[in-house]
Amino acid sequence: MATAQDRAQAPGSGLNDDIGEAKRLALYRSQLRIREAEQRAYDLFLQNLVKGTSHLSLGQEAVASGFAEAMQKGDLSFCTYRGHAHTLARGVSVEKVLGELMQRDNGLMRGKGGSMHLTSEEHGVMGSYAIIGAHLPIACGAAWRAQYKGDKDVSVCFFGDGTTNIGAFHEALNFAAIWKLPVVFVCENNLYMEYTPIGDVTAVKHPAADRAASYGLERIIIDGNDADVVYRTAQKAFAKARAGEGPSLIEALTYRHSGHSRADPAKYRPEGELEKWKERDPIKIYRERLQQFGVGDSIIAKIDAEVRKEVDDATETCKAAPMPPADILTTDVYADGGWAWRN
Amino acid sequence: MAEITYRDAVIRGIAQEMARDNDVVFLGEDVAKAGGVFKATVGLYEQFGPLRVRDTPISEQAILGAAMGAAMTGLKPIAEIMFSDFFAVCFDYIANEFPKSRYMSNGQTKCPLVVRTGNGAGSRFGAQHSQSVENWCMMIPGLKVVAPSSPVDVIGLLAAAVRDPDPVIFLEHKSLYPTKGEVPDGEIVDRLGTAKIVRPGRDATILALALMVPRALEAAERLQAEHGIDCEVVDVRSLVPLDTQTILGSVAKTHRLFTVEENPRLCGWGAEIVSIVADEAFYDLDGPPVRITTPHIPLPAADILEDMVLPTAERIVETVQRSFQG
Repeated sequence: MATAQDRAQAPGSGLNDDIGEAKRLALYRSQLRIREAEQRAYDLFLQNLVKGTSHLSLGQEAVASGFAEAMQKGDLSFCTYRGHAHTLARGVSVEKVLGELMQRDNGLMRGKGGSMHLTSEEHGVMGSYAIIGAHLPIACGAAWRAQYKGDKDVSVCFFGDGTTNIGAFHEALNFAAIWKLPVVFVCENNLYMEYTPIGDVTAVKHPAADRAASYGLERIIIDGNDADVVYRTAQKAFAKARAGEGPSLIEALTYRHSGHSRADPAKYRPEGELEKWKERDPIKIYRERLQQFGVGDSIIAKIDAEVRKEVDDATETCKAAPMPPADILTTDVYADGGWAWRN
Repeated sequence: MAEITYRDAVIRGIAQEMARDNDVVFLGEDVAKAGGVFKATVGLYEQFGPLRVRDTPISEQAILGAAMGAAMTGLKPIAEIMFSDFFAVCFDYIANEFPKSRYMSNGQTKCPLVVRTGNGAGSRFGAQHSQSVENWCMMIPGLKVVAPSSPVDVIGLLAAAVRDPDPVIFLEHKSLYPTKGEVPDGEIVDRLGTAKIVRPGRDATILALALMVPRALEAAERLQAEHGIDCEVVDVRSLVPLDTQTILGSVAKTHRLFTVEENPRLCGWGAEIVSIVADEAFYDLDGPPVRITTPHIPLPAADILEDMVLPTAERIVETVQRSFQG
């Protein structure tokens, strides 16, 4: 049990600080949901039930949860192929995500998109993009629509450190800055572009933040493993965007506990690096945060049990779900629902 | 009715759609204050203002990406890529993003946008500013591809493209900008996926696109006058959707097929049409289908060299006439 003194020393200080108990419980639940779903995806891969490729966010949950919990309904998320976390964080069910990873008919896109393209527009998840950098200009376009129509939503675009070295990143940053668009760019710097350390292939130390000045933007680097820090940063950037004051570029420092993709055992990592980062595991940090604020163990245990049940139930549902039928092969190529290219 | 240029038809087509629908917005390099490098967007900035007609940096990926994001969320953007050769620096959007988002998302994502671009040779700009890239686009499932040859078709097909719920690549031929044609007054809206018989004939079908249409028409007149061969000229206009019914109907009537393509030979649109005709109308044919194309080389800059490689009316006449003799 936390003492009054512990609480006074804790970040934010007190259950009823700017974040508050209800939001903190939501942040914890969101991160844990991602952790459990991603771990389950990995386990199902080992059982050959998740096919194709998949890129997990184990260790990076705080970025997804911190931003998503700060978003309002109608705000738009644009994700990369490492997009399970951001999709789940916007409230898409574990069943829909696992179903897509298991390439079942109950998947989010009935198996037509796969792990790298999770999309749920009703939740504001405007797609996961598997071509590095492609979605930064697309997020600009959605923000342009908001600006043009006077809509108050913000477009939030997540990408990895490797994205900062492709042309579309620089085109989009300049474009967003000159048009003062309500878009927030979030670089999850997990230290590796894929297999190669980002520092080996980048001219500056901080791949996103050190480029911000080129586009007249503030240099922002945050602890991406602390959901409170992420949440507060997001709130500030969203308020700026909604006020018509233009884009933000945020570099969140984090670490992925697994390899780049399912094919990667991550043997390139120096000894001890993973262990060091696991001490700063976002789930561990946040569970301790709740305890510091005096949230009872029984409340935490209840959330843990509910999340595990959702993931377990989703797993069983997906295992029992049918494979997609052949009749969807030729649907939705064109807006008329079909694929006809001739008469 | 008035006679206007192909260039002014582009302006009128965009203006017609922007005046009709506030969700139609227009962006590109030098398109607003400067009125376009081909002067095909003059006056739009003044008419529709800086929020709807926007100059961009030289950032083709940003232009097409922004158009897509705007289209996905409710606008109907028209994006200009100055030269179609520049598709190569933003091809991710053309090949991977616009055409696949609807399918991959199982129908959730929409992408109603138009990419206008200056296509084709004749300006002596050399190998990277003169290409005919319609075949780059035609091979991608999920796109629609149109290439008008006359002012009235520019307006009608552009209107159809803007109103279409799918991504449309709209190829304007640079060498046609100064050409003139009769255009009716009032709103003009055509249909995508429709070819047009621009000269009826009995003896042979000549399929052509964009700049090759006036050349095919000139050749047809000469073939009639000099050789007594009465050619039907079909302006294909829309590569996707492709109006195979009009094409097959014409071949069934004339029993001979010629395609006139500005693109380099390999994988040109004519190859696909010849394949369709071979599959479905082989026994209608009195002779082998013949493709008249630019050879499979990069385009040279010098006028005398460029003129040697593009199909001309003279080459069409010779090829058709030789085919009848053989």
